[in-house]
Amino acid sequence: MKNTFKQIFRTANFLIGFIIISIVLLFITIYPIFNPGNPLRMIGQDSFTPPGTYFSLYDSLDVSHVYTFRLEGADDNRIYAKLSDTDREHIKEWLLLFNDYDDIFEIRAEDIDLEDTEGLLGLWWEHFDPEVRFDNMTIAERRVFARLDVNMDRLFDFYDKEVWMYNPESGESEYLKSVGTLDYVNVSDVANVRILPLGTDNFGRDTLKQLVSAIGTSLMIGLIAGLIATGLGLLLGLIAGYIGGIVDDFIMFFTNLFTVIPGIVLLILISYSIGQEHRGATTVALVIGLTSWVWTTRAVRAQVMSLRNRDHVNLSKLSGHSMPKIVVKDILPYIASYVVMAFILQVSSGILAEAGLSMLGLGPATTESATLGLMMNWALRYNAHLSGAWWAYYPVILVIALISFALNMINTGLDRVFNPQLRG
Amino acid sequence: MGKIMLEVNGLTTKYITRYNEDVYAVNNVSFKVEEGRSVGIAGESGCGKSTLALSLMGYYFAPLHYMKGDIIIDGRNISGMKPDDVRKNILGSEIAYIPQAALNALNPTRKVIKFIEDVVRVHNPKMHKKEIYDLARERFETLNLPAETLNKYPVELSGGMKQRTVIAISTILSPKVLIADEPSSALDVTSQKMVIKMIHDLMELGYIKSMIFITHELPLLYNVTDDIMVMYAGQVVEYGSAEQMVFDPLNPYSKGLMGSILVPEDGTRDEKIVAIPGTPPNLKNPPDGCRFAERCKYAKPHCRVYHVELTELSNGRASRCITSEQELREAYKNE
Amino acid sequence: MNSREICLSGTGVTKVFGFGNNKTVAVNNVDFNFYSGELVSIVGESGSGKTTLIKMLLGLTNMTEGEIQFLGKPRDIHNRSKKKEYWKNIQAIFQDPFSSYNIFSKIDTVLLDCIHMRGGRGLPKQKKIEMMEEACRFVNLKFAEMTNKYPFELSGGQMQRLMIARIFLLKPKILLADEPTSMIDACSRATILDMLLNLRNEIGMTIIFITHDMGLAYYISDTVYIMERGKIVEFGSANDVILNPQADYTKRLLHDVPKIHEPWEFSKRRAVVASESSV
Repeated sequence: MKNTFKQIFRTANFLIGFIIISIVLLFITIYPIFNPGNPLRMIGQDSFTPPGTYFSLYDSLDVSHVYTFRLEGADDNRIYAKLSDTDREHIKEWLLLFNDYDDIFEIRAEDIDLEDTEGLLGLWWEHFDPEVRFDNMTIAERRVFARLDVNMDRLFDFYDKEVWMYNPESGESEYLKSVGTLDYVNVSDVANVRILPLGTDNFGRDTLKQLVSAIGTSLMIGLIAGLIATGLGLLLGLIAGYIGGIVDDFIMFFTNLFTVIPGIVLLILISYSIGQEHRGATTVALVIGLTSWVWTTRAVRAQVMSLRNRDHVNLSKLSGHSMPKIVVKDILPYIASYVVMAFILQVSSGILAEAGLSMLGLGPATTESATLGLMMNWALRYNAHLSGAWWAYYPVILVIALISFALNMINTGLDRVFNPQLRG
Repeated sequence: MGKIMLEVNGLTTKYITRYNEDVYAVNNVSFKVEEGRSVGIAGESGCGKSTLALSLMGYYFAPLHYMKGDIIIDGRNISGMKPDDVRKNILGSEIAYIPQAALNALNPTRKVIKFIEDVVRVHNPKMHKKEIYDLARERFETLNLPAETLNKYPVELSGGMKQRTVIAISTILSPKVLIADEPSSALDVTSQKMVIKMIHDLMELGYIKSMIFITHELPLLYNVTDDIMVMYAGQVVEYGSAEQMVFDPLNPYSKGLMGSILVPEDGTRDEKIVAIPGTPPNLKNPPDGCRFAERCKYAKPHCRVYHVELTELSNGRASRCITSEQELREAYKNE
Repeated sequence: MNSREICLSGTGVTKVFGFGNNKTVAVNNVDFNFYSGELVSIVGESGSGKTTLIKMLLGLTNMTEGEIQFLGKPRDIHNRSKKKEYWKNIQAIFQDPFSSYNIFSKIDTVLLDCIHMRGGRGLPKQKKIEMMEEACRFVNLKFAEMTNKYPFELSGGQMQRLMIARIFLLKPKILLADEPTSMIDACSRATILDMLLNLRNEIGMTIIFITHDMGLAYYISDTVYIMERGKIVEFGSANDVILNPQADYTKRLLHDVPKIHEPWEFSKRRAVVASESSV
């Protein structure tokens, strides 16, 4: 027994899977300690806030200790940040139009680097001529470029900015302070800072926090579904395999019935008929568990049937042992390793089944808890992929893949130890 | 004295276990088989009988490894040849091997004639289908196998028939040596007899020049082979003609082995069979001196110290025992 | 011979597997009388139904038809307690020692179970150990070496001997031995056979020995039953059946079995035997 454990932990596959699962579990236990609170609280008014560190602009003005830094390239950065992506596109557009218009000026689209602020501005000032009239260009369009030219001059206006506070009682604004280009505040001095490593989702909820709670819920769903499926499968398989006869026929009739109906269809129908309000995470787990016991039953039954005819079982009967004792002592230990492996696979497929169901909108009630599937569902429904909000679904996909990969690795690792045919 | 068909000199092969331990399953085995003669190999399970059969083919694959010694077939040394050369030039034409589970070695989706084509074409790729068929048909008819078998699938044949077909297929090229490893142990007695009859016919008709026959059933061995070689713990302990070995074994181990023969004949009930106590030694670290000394009731203290070689006796016999022939006979007489 | 008491007998014992077109009759209307203290061999080739027959005798498989009488009374095993009572009197040793043990329980458990079955549950521990030691001594094993070991740590021969130790502790009236020597070497075979004979001679057990080996059956048994495809074709004392067979099947079997003194007609040994006898 001790040797077997040693052997299991020496198998690379098992070790990889085990380490991944351990890290995931550790993370989802520790993270809520540092970041407590309801993971489903909507903290943002905007949808799909990108990942990053957010600090209150208002509070930053009140920070008393202002530092002065003369940083190299600060101005360049400022100009770079001020020149928006749309402006850059416009510059490029104008230059290309000018290329067609002017015979001498020659530039190709691939030569224009939108990131190169200095180069762009140089080209602009060298060639821009408000008098040039392109064919087919409306006045409005021409004005856009004219305006851009004016704005461009402002890029270099590095004047101090004054902050005034509006007092509603007196109806007047009073001067507060002025902010110069060399003024800096420490982020830790700002009263309200929020780090959102994975931004927010469409409802303005912290994605990472939600993800952590979703992993927990999904694992629990997988665990419950796996336990129910394996327990039911084991029980029915044992009964059918050991007792045989009519009982076997009866159980196999139901097993075959469940086998021919595709599991996902059954899952969808049951989930749909339960109704949105009554579907908690546990209910979904129950539904998944109750629809996926079939293969365990079949496999356990087949194994028990071959074990039943082994001489040690016959001998146990001859020793006057009762049926439960024979099943527990002479049959179960032989199939235990198989059942554990089946259980791990059931957990993994339970998590995947939940994800699939929730993607279709048949998952647990949305207001109670987040699950991996629900997160996918929200991302899909609110077109996260169209808005480029990768943080709303990539991490979820990654986590689902990682968990089922890890569980499968554990399974193949165990298989390598327990299945003598695979031993090299 | 006939031409020597198979000569084995000091053949040693080993298994390398999962834990990188060496197990010398065949240890310094030497013997000769003349044309038209057959040698039987007897011994307990785990004594190296089957390993010797595998080693004789010269076709080694892990965990079995060739160590040293020569295997000379009709004057041609095949030890140390590349596995691919062995497969192309030796197996089938020089040596044919029939394993224990040959019954199930046939691919059930191919007709018997296809297997024969395969065997023939490895050595003679240009041979026409028709020629092969005629050859197979003639061979099957001389061996009293119905020619229709050629167009049947293996699953259509009964167990005994399947085994006879396998033997006919593997000897189609008239090999010089046939190695049969328990070819009939999975069959009922009547099929077994028919299989043996066929092997006997193959020898009589000269389709095979010599044979090594391995079985743990001593009465069967007595009926099949001319000579019997007894193996113990990877070594040959006694060699002699079948009559000598069964009725007058000299080595204490052979004596014990022959003492366990039970046949349904008058007299079996009168003599009590005696077991050899203990179990064969672990070949990972075999004992010094005589490997059988631990279980031998005639063992003396020096048996466990001195290494004994196989010693030639009169009448072409050989035995591996430190005690002299006279002393042993004396001891047996006094029982 | 009249004083012999019938221990186990059967009339019209039949076992049919499957139904309709898939029906196979494994045991076909078999009658037998096994006498107390006798060593009976049931000889048959694979597929002759001998294993099915002993499963029915043990009550592990239901009969399709027929009646089995135990000690002169119809056998009653309709519930578990009756079965348990029956199994105190009839026990078995199976063919494959490697599959006869639960690899998860230790050897002590196997032997302790037997003591408990004989009603020794309340005995002091020391007494139990003494009983196990005695049983191991009977089969030439050292109990001290067996404790805390798993069955698979023993050799095939040792495992089968331990099975006999189990029977020694249980002391049933009848022992069914289903080819107990076919999976072990010829050399250890003699030991097992000796121990079976000891069981019969010392405890007076009736032993029903199943085998496919005519020579073995002849050597060990008092009475021999020959089975062919579910039917008993011949029975009688070992000498009668083996040396003077009446049924065609027995004759054929004996003719085809390799023998020493009368080799096969095509064997080269034949000439040797002929030349010896002419001298």
